[in-house]
Amino acid sequence: MQRRNFLKLILGATTALLLEPLNALAALWSKPAFETTKIKEATKLLGIHDEISSTDIQIIAPDRAENGAVVQVEIKSNLANTDAIYILVEKNPTPLIAHFEFSVDTEPSLVTRIKMAETSDIKVVVKAGAQFFTRSKNVIVLENGCG
Amino acid sequence: MSDNMKMRAQLKGGLVEVKVLMSHPMETGRKKDDFGQLIPAHFVQLVTATLNGKTVLEAQWGTGIAKNPYLTFRLKGAKVGDIVSVTWLDNVGETATQDIAVTAV
Repeated sequence: MQRRNFLKLILGATTALLLEPLNALAALWSKPAFETTKIKEATKLLGIHDEISSTDIQIIAPDRAENGAVVQVEIKSNLANTDAIYILVEKNPTPLIAHFEFSVDTEPSLVTRIKMAETSDIKVVVKAGAQFFTRSKNVIVLENGCG
Repeated sequence: MSDNMKMRAQLKGGLVEVKVLMSHPMETGRKKDDFGQLIPAHFVQLVTATLNGKTVLEAQWGTGIAKNPYLTFRLKGAKVGDIVSVTWLDNVGETATQDIAVTAV
């Protein structure tokens, strides 16, 4: 029994060593925010606070999505000094979908395709300077897209 | 690794529109295979785009980006012949990079 525990320890230590370089790179990735199951927790972990509702954020997504596995979303920010755009889906198992950071040479707009587990709001947060702005769009999902 | 990514960068009305299609399973880690075994999570976590070597876009993704990720972004002040490069890194350490020159429409 003791020998088995010792082997387990050695195996664990070796695995940890092998994984280390990978973890160093992955450290850039906001693991807690991406893994939380609560949208409020995700925004809190990202440092988002006091979001102001704004119609200067445009969200183009279908009103009804046949298949939640692929929902195309276009986002455009007309807010000056937009630094970052966050996409969250309230009712997904893990609500944080993506975080984009723009340089001054990049238009604060994007098109991507996301997964939606069920009918839900897509919440977009824009960081402009030190302020946060938000807008949501509801999408009715006919077929679950998360597995 | 050119099979992993399809890219196009076109100058349109003063902006360069970059379209990227990546080949990636984007497994959430919650799906089961035909034998009831969980398929391990395998998804792109970091995406970086550069224009002539200068970073213009950085993204962090979770498992909620659809399979074979698609992305469009637009650059100001880029011209025909400039080089746009996109790199992704996933949660198991796989990576791919693709470069493309800006073309006129």
